[in-house]
Amino acid sequence: MVFPTNDRGAPSALAALTRNRILPNIYDLAAFSLLAAVAVLAFHGGAGMRSPLEGLATSPVALDPILLPEYALRTTLRMFAAIIASLIFTFVVATLAAKSRRAEMIIIPALDILQSVPVLGFLTFTVTFFMGLFPGSQLGAECAAIFAIFTSQAWNMAFSFYQSLRTVPRDLDEVSRGFGLSSWQRFWRLEAPFAAPGLVWNTMMSMSGGWFFVVASEAITVGDTTVQLPGLGSWLALAIKEQDFAAIAWAVLAMAIVIGLYDQLLFRPIVAWADKFRFEQTAGQQKPRSWVYGLIRRTHLLKYLSGPFAWLWNRLLLVRLSHTHRAAPAPRQDAQATTRAIDYAWLGLIIAIGAWGAWTAVSYVGQSLSLSDIWDPLGRGLVTLLRVIVLIAVASLIWVPLGVWIGLRPAVAERVQPIAQFLAAFPANVLFPFAVVAIVATGANPDIWLSPLMVLGTQWYILFNVIAGASAFPTDLREVASVYQLRSWTWWRRVMLPGIFPYYVTGALTASGGSWNASIVAEVVSWGDTKLEAYGLGSYIAKATEAGDFPRVVLGIAVMSLFVTLFNRTLWRPLYVFAERRLRLD
Amino acid sequence: MDATVITRAAKTAPLVSAAQICQTYDKGASGSLIVLDKVDVELRPAEIVGLLGRSGSGKSTLLRAIAGLIAPSSGTVTFQGKPVTGPTSGVAVVFQSFALFPWLTVLENVELGLEAQGVVPAERRKRALAAIDLIGLDGFESAYPKELSGGMRQRVGLARALVVHPKVLLMDEPFSALDVLTAETLRTDLLDLWCEGRMPIEAILMVTHNIEEAVLMCDRILIFGSNPGRVIAEIKVDMPQPRNRLDPAFRMLVEDIYARMTARSGAPVREGLFPGTGISMSLPRVSTNLMAGMIEAIAADPYKGEADLPPLAAELHLEIDDLFPVAETLQLLRFADLEGGDIKLTAPGLRFADGDVDERKRLFSQHLATYVPLAAHIRRVLDERPSHRAPARRFRDELEDHMSEDYAATTLKAVTNWARYAEYFAYDEQADLFTLDDPD
Repeated sequence: MVFPTNDRGAPSALAALTRNRILPNIYDLAAFSLLAAVAVLAFHGGAGMRSPLEGLATSPVALDPILLPEYALRTTLRMFAAIIASLIFTFVVATLAAKSRRAEMIIIPALDILQSVPVLGFLTFTVTFFMGLFPGSQLGAECAAIFAIFTSQAWNMAFSFYQSLRTVPRDLDEVSRGFGLSSWQRFWRLEAPFAAPGLVWNTMMSMSGGWFFVVASEAITVGDTTVQLPGLGSWLALAIKEQDFAAIAWAVLAMAIVIGLYDQLLFRPIVAWADKFRFEQTAGQQKPRSWVYGLIRRTHLLKYLSGPFAWLWNRLLLVRLSHTHRAAPAPRQDAQATTRAIDYAWLGLIIAIGAWGAWTAVSYVGQSLSLSDIWDPLGRGLVTLLRVIVLIAVASLIWVPLGVWIGLRPAVAERVQPIAQFLAAFPANVLFPFAVVAIVATGANPDIWLSPLMVLGTQWYILFNVIAGASAFPTDLREVASVYQLRSWTWWRRVMLPGIFPYYVTGALTASGGSWNASIVAEVVSWGDTKLEAYGLGSYIAKATEAGDFPRVVLGIAVMSLFVTLFNRTLWRPLYVFAERRLRLD
Repeated sequence: MDATVITRAAKTAPLVSAAQICQTYDKGASGSLIVLDKVDVELRPAEIVGLLGRSGSGKSTLLRAIAGLIAPSSGTVTFQGKPVTGPTSGVAVVFQSFALFPWLTVLENVELGLEAQGVVPAERRKRALAAIDLIGLDGFESAYPKELSGGMRQRVGLARALVVHPKVLLMDEPFSALDVLTAETLRTDLLDLWCEGRMPIEAILMVTHNIEEAVLMCDRILIFGSNPGRVIAEIKVDMPQPRNRLDPAFRMLVEDIYARMTARSGAPVREGLFPGTGISMSLPRVSTNLMAGMIEAIAADPYKGEADLPPLAAELHLEIDDLFPVAETLQLLRFADLEGGDIKLTAPGLRFADGDVDERKRLFSQHLATYVPLAAHIRRVLDERPSHRAPARRFRDELEDHMSEDYAATTLKAVTNWARYAEYFAYDEQADLFTLDDPD
């Protein structure tokens, strides 16, 4: 390697880099039609959201397949609105937590708790709140539904972003400070890109969970108020009420198509694009691919037309919003005493507000409920806990061996993995009616047979994480196992189970959290006038919501949050720490 | 660099001057850890100054203080007469780890510093391409860092530093993450650019732990001693560029620096080998394999028990950062003596070299008990307890009274590994417990 001495200099290189290819090609055509279609649909759906509430009464949801695309579109737009809200929330709140130590003291514990709170329990309050905010407009109900999805998505996204911000590599931080990047530039050049892969992955996970909640939150009954927003969820509710099997089949089909499209048109391209933000200095072995992303990259005219936006973006990055990060962190000793005093004052304030909040809740609940009322949800909580444990255990027994079998065969894994991810995203509540019909027909015990519905949608997290773990298992370790002829139980105990354990814990943790949430819709199900109920905390909350019994809803949510938090702290977190410490294969 | 330039440089005002720099880290109740102790450094126009020392001598900390990335606990840094309170645009830094943004292309990485200054895109591109051209990266403009080899990555790091037209270039072990050949190419390329005056830079300050690199590149070398970090010698290199590594004068200077770095001013040889005394001595993690390997190498031909450090380092492919801790651990254990750039095996050291596995373990165990107070202390506690077990936490806490958490962990790990090899005592990682029983 020598430095060039000839004068093949900047101008020619500059010309090569800035030469624009303007002529449109076939890829432009395809990309444009895609873009146009998305734009038209978005405008159409968006207009529907703002129509007055009476519209719902005059043209209620009807089970006509012609209307189904429209309903699917509305449902999709709700998801989209929620994900944007979650992203904004993530950027603002997580950044605040990472930058301000005092904000961090509230935000992080709050996120931790909110992650464990059953989202569906919120519906009761949010519907009332948003309906009051936009009286007479569908927008209120829309907001409530969107908010429900938002609450199922935002927390883990914010957590992931916060963790990324806290682990920005030190040398890159020093480069940014050394060059004096402004906070604005630093955010877009360093922090957001560094956090992108984790955030994209968490957004995908959130979306998977979100479909479940959009279905559950479109048709809501709170006390005397019943709202049915046009969408797949309302379609489903109506189909259940009218016992229309064909309509449910239609809903399953529509849901499958919508999730497939969302994945292909939105998430694959984003994952493929976000691959360049992965923080490793070696070229990755297997790059995620997406035909849409490939198509956009091959366009000519589209690139040319996006030029002005790129220019605008470049200019925006030059904006200096605030002081630069230039100053070196000053030695802290001198100001330590005062800082500590402010910290204590701040902590005191937080505790006071927290205590006030708890007191308000307790006194509200206490108005209509006495101390003895707490035993009912506690007992039901234990029953639901038992269900979750048994179900996760059963699902593990089934899916761990299968997942390992699949993961060790790359050809099979490549085909099965997308299916498992798809099944994880598919809202299981769409499938509930089939189970109900089966239980009614056979006269089985709902206390037992309704339980599997809780893991119907969440077990796939175990499967695809185990597949991922088995695929990533190092070949040399597998070869060692076969050279020394480790077989059957020894092979499982010494080789494979420790190898996939970190992945399994991640999957099982997600699955168990999802199952708690699902219990609220899975422990009470109906088919026409037939209503099946299982004894548990989920049915307690569901019934209280339907009856508009707010104190009981509050109590139920509080007890469930308590159970979930304790369960996570005593079982999953230690396992997670153990897996991280002892069983990581790097 | 010829002599006239140096004399002229000596008369002009310093570009950078760091005076009485101290850096301490608070350790809580037991006082503070001193990383830098009253260090003075001056950087004048037209010179390359090397900060040479071992890891932990605080030279990188000093570089960061000069760059304005950290504020020293006391002392002042001035750049062109003005005090440095944060990063300034006249100073650019090249990092050991390259510190490239993996999501930006080569061109975008180089443009970053200009973007921070608010330079408009067209101008930015022009200047970045000129820097890329200068540093020999043509054709790689649109590549991402992960597509490049280490050498090319560090070229990007250099181009990124040069594009902002700094007066002073700070380099933090810029070649130590590269393989030998690549590092050499990059060094000579950089020296060519420097000597031909093609870089817009007035002075370079580089941190290194490679003695030959310092002698090859620098006009002046400041040798750093550890515990606490301070300048123990300043050496002027008056050889003209390009320098020849095989030149006798070059070799002599390398020898001389080795000798200075192994000499301990005034103090008896074994005192102050490592910071701290008694059980609170901070120990480096040196594997028993490395120790045995070095003893064998010294005992074998051509050294026959006594070796000159530079050729030994070359033969074992060890840089001083790796070599010195091993040599000093051997000295601590009385297997070897270290003086004036030479290392000589003691009688037990020679016996170790000849011994079989059991003999070696027996010898190592004896010396561990006698010369490493912490090992003896742990063993005594284990002997006294009826259960013959003791939580490691207990000793870690004890150590943390005297040193930082990191050092305490490293020290305990070092002793644990040595004791495991010597079968002096055992350690159960899962329970974090020292025991006397062998798992057999």
